[in-house]
Amino acid sequence: MSGMAPTLAQAAVRDRLSRTGLSRRAATDRIMRALAVAAAVISVLPLAAVVLFVTLNGAGALSLDLLTKAPTALGVGGGAATAILGSLQMVPLAALVAIPIGVAVGIYVTEYAGPRSASVVRFAADVLVGVPSILIGVFVFTFLVLPFRQYNAIAGSAALALIMVPVIMRTTEEILLLVPRSLREASLALGIRRWRTVLSIVVRTGLGGILAGVMLAVARAAGETAPLLFTALGSRLINVGGFGQPMDALPLFIYNNSRQPYAALNAQAWGAAFLLLVFVLAVNVAVRGRSLFRPSPK
Amino acid sequence: MSIETRASRVLSGRGSRLPDRLFGGTTLVLAAGLVLVLVAIAILLAASSTQTWRAFGLGFLTGTGWNPVSAVYGALPFIAGTIESSLLALIIAAPLGLLTAIFLAELAPRWLAAPLTLLIELLAAIPSVVIGLWGVFVLSPFLRVTVESFLVQVLGSIPVFAGPAFGVGLFTAGVILAIMILPTIVSISREVISGVPSSQREAMLALGATRWETVSRAVIPYARSGIIGAVILGLGRALGETMAVTMVIGNTDAVPGSLFAPAQTIASKIATSFSEAGAGMELSSLIALGLVLLGITLALNILARLLVHRATGGRRIAV
Repeated sequence: MSGMAPTLAQAAVRDRLSRTGLSRRAATDRIMRALAVAAAVISVLPLAAVVLFVTLNGAGALSLDLLTKAPTALGVGGGAATAILGSLQMVPLAALVAIPIGVAVGIYVTEYAGPRSASVVRFAADVLVGVPSILIGVFVFTFLVLPFRQYNAIAGSAALALIMVPVIMRTTEEILLLVPRSLREASLALGIRRWRTVLSIVVRTGLGGILAGVMLAVARAAGETAPLLFTALGSRLINVGGFGQPMDALPLFIYNNSRQPYAALNAQAWGAAFLLLVFVLAVNVAVRGRSLFRPSPK
Repeated sequence: MSIETRASRVLSGRGSRLPDRLFGGTTLVLAAGLVLVLVAIAILLAASSTQTWRAFGLGFLTGTGWNPVSAVYGALPFIAGTIESSLLALIIAAPLGLLTAIFLAELAPRWLAAPLTLLIELLAAIPSVVIGLWGVFVLSPFLRVTVESFLVQVLGSIPVFAGPAFGVGLFTAGVILAIMILPTIVSISREVISGVPSSQREAMLALGATRWETVSRAVIPYARSGIIGAVILGLGRALGETMAVTMVIGNTDAVPGSLFAPAQTIASKIATSFSEAGAGMELSSLIALGLVLLGITLALNILARLLVHRATGGRRIAV
């Protein structure tokens, strides 16, 4: 910066002397600031457009049939009940597996690991978040579908769990780091064992934040399509409890119905998209919106 | 047990430490498992695609045919589609995202910046398939009759901009990807810019600089490596994004000859062909495509994280 400062000072002095230089700089300033405002407006537009169109097309497609009926063979009538039931089974199963693992790894990183192994695990989690979700699907396919020659809902849940674990781990870690050291020390000084201290004091203190992270991970998993394409595959039959069989899910239903040439099926896709969007946005607003009203802990 | 023996046990570290060991050990095993999964993904993808690598070698990367009947497999159309659609997304999203981040971090009053940041984060939360649905039925017809037909009319004599404009194709895929990586670029850049010490700004303003000069000459250079990291992270996301792209890119296995031609990315090829692929060479080649994608995204991710890490002095940023 040292090389630049004198030239700028000189420019400022020169501008005092000649009015035109100053007005040119002021004009640049005004134009760029206007551009920044315009960019911010444009950046918000897609969200508004997606929410608007999904609501317009989707709310009208909502009906009792959509919620309660299975798809029909000819694409006339029917509904998304298979998909809703499938999501309601696969996502909770994935969460059931991913929550304890994610929280445990977060605990390892903040409470047990040395600095080097902590950064290795952290890095692995960060990289895992960056692995395209379709490759998670391919990965799970190679060992949970291929050997059995059968698409199945277990594989779908496993793929979703793999996507949730690093997300839950990272929020757990961030929250546990905020728990004051003195709380740990006070508990240990009372003779309480380490594991008990971690669970009853540290995790207990950060429980709200961990839950928030879990909710975000669940919302994300509920909307994932790519990892389910060749694990759970999708199904046009009602499947309750048949985890060894193919199972439908809301995102799969939206994808498959959007590719059909029938307007009625496309409308069902919009209806299902509306359901999914309402769920995902509700969770996200509930979790992230809180920070609007109080200063962030960072 | 007398109090003395109990105290001596506690002090000597013996006694029933089993639960402690068990608990700590479990978290260690699970953490190691997380690291191993990453390694396992690479190994399994490599192992399941050996047939293809043996048959074609590195020629797989430059081959242009994809024909299960004659058993010819080449990745070039998909590599080209992936890189071109992602670059297009970057060209749109990088300047837009950076300017938005500057507005949020430097220019906007707090009461406006906070809700706007939330809205942009919400865009990232929308499921890819929902954006794809909107892309197919709303964005793509809109682009076809507006931007695409305009560009074809004005620049159509240049091969890159040659028509016809289908609506579905490389261009729409690029726009959709730009929308999807925008939140990544905005939120990381915003955090990096907010982290620039205020002394940088004050010194510049004290010299008589305008707000924009302060931002462009004192703040942005300071935050440069973090902003580059944010853009690369966005690129990594664009390369691997599947559903929305699959729905709007037109799914044609050819190196796109024009900006508006239908194309295929690695991810969209896997998404559309995998479940119908015959076991053997076709499946192996699709997994080989996946391995190529994994290599590219891992390299970019690691590079980006190192850049962002350096720019924030080790403070982690959620993406």
